[in-house]
Amino acid sequence: MEITKDTHEVPERTDEPGLHTVHSSKKQIWRVFFILLAITVLEFLIALTPGIKNSMGETTVTVVFFALTILKAFYIVAYFMHLKDERINMAYTILLPLMFILYLIALLLMEFRNGVGLG
Amino acid sequence: MSAEATSLSTKPSLWSGGRVPLGASYGKLMMWFFLISDAFSFSSLLVVYGFFRSAMAWVNPEEVFQGIPWIIEGGLPLVFVGIMTFILIFSSVTMVLAVEAGHRMDRKGVVNYMLLTILGGAMFLGCQALEWTHLIEEGLTLHNNPFALKGDPSKIGPIQFGQLFFGITGFHGFHVLSGVFINSLVCWKAYKGGFEKVGHYEMVEKVGLYWHFVDLVWVFVFTLFYLI
Repeated sequence: MEITKDTHEVPERTDEPGLHTVHSSKKQIWRVFFILLAITVLEFLIALTPGIKNSMGETTVTVVFFALTILKAFYIVAYFMHLKDERINMAYTILLPLMFILYLIALLLMEFRNGVGLG
Repeated sequence: MSAEATSLSTKPSLWSGGRVPLGASYGKLMMWFFLISDAFSFSSLLVVYGFFRSAMAWVNPEEVFQGIPWIIEGGLPLVFVGIMTFILIFSSVTMVLAVEAGHRMDRKGVVNYMLLTILGGAMFLGCQALEWTHLIEEGLTLHNNPFALKGDPSKIGPIQFGQLFFGITGFHGFHVLSGVFINSLVCWKAYKGGFEKVGHYEMVEKVGLYWHFVDLVWVFVFTLFYLI
């Protein structure tokens, strides 16, 4: 990773050689905060629009909320948790299991929808 | 005879020793692994919620979560949870700023931003306590649901609503509480100069990861309980 205007260097550590040393800057952090704020405001606007579930359909609204939530999750994990700044193989070490969790959730919800009846 | 002995290469290489392969220290990697395991725990709780929610008629979140407890009753759906979400996201920002100050070895910056983060966490917990107390006073408990079904005001909502609501927000609130506690310990150590001695503020980064995870879970809980 190179030093751009959005990143800065971290002091080198000698106790564990090879640690990556480039991190996000303050400006980028605030930028991400305003993006998260905008997405949250959008979610509230959608949620509080009267009749939105009737005009757009309940499934569409649910999908939109999910998509916005995943977008927020991406920004938090990438910039606040600095996963974007880490070495790529470490990022994959974290992200691939999380993808599997999402797949598990989707499968479980599909299973529940099919055969289990409750009062 | 030559005094030269043949020796194995001692140059540090990525997977043969001498370097950190994934670019992250042991502590940071372990914190990430713990967060994955915690993600499994929360995911399973949310899957159970999804199961019950899709299997039976439910209450309308906009009717349940109204106003600001004891200040404004009704007429402001989802406003209070919006305030809570904003507080937690803002505390996440101050946490990242603390980490960034740690990169610059700025002790005062770290302490100040961590104090703000702790304050935000405490405010979130206070709001959650207010929300809980208000709902319990209205009759929502683990054994009772006073709210009507969405679209059928004559029928009472399912008992699982209160159970899942208090269970999941309680589990999350417990994480926030422990996060506030751990942040306080790290803030105190930073204040006393413990990280200056070690030479790096990576501990701030590690508890920062935990705090952001807590915020991330709230983003999901908030969407699934209040918006959908």
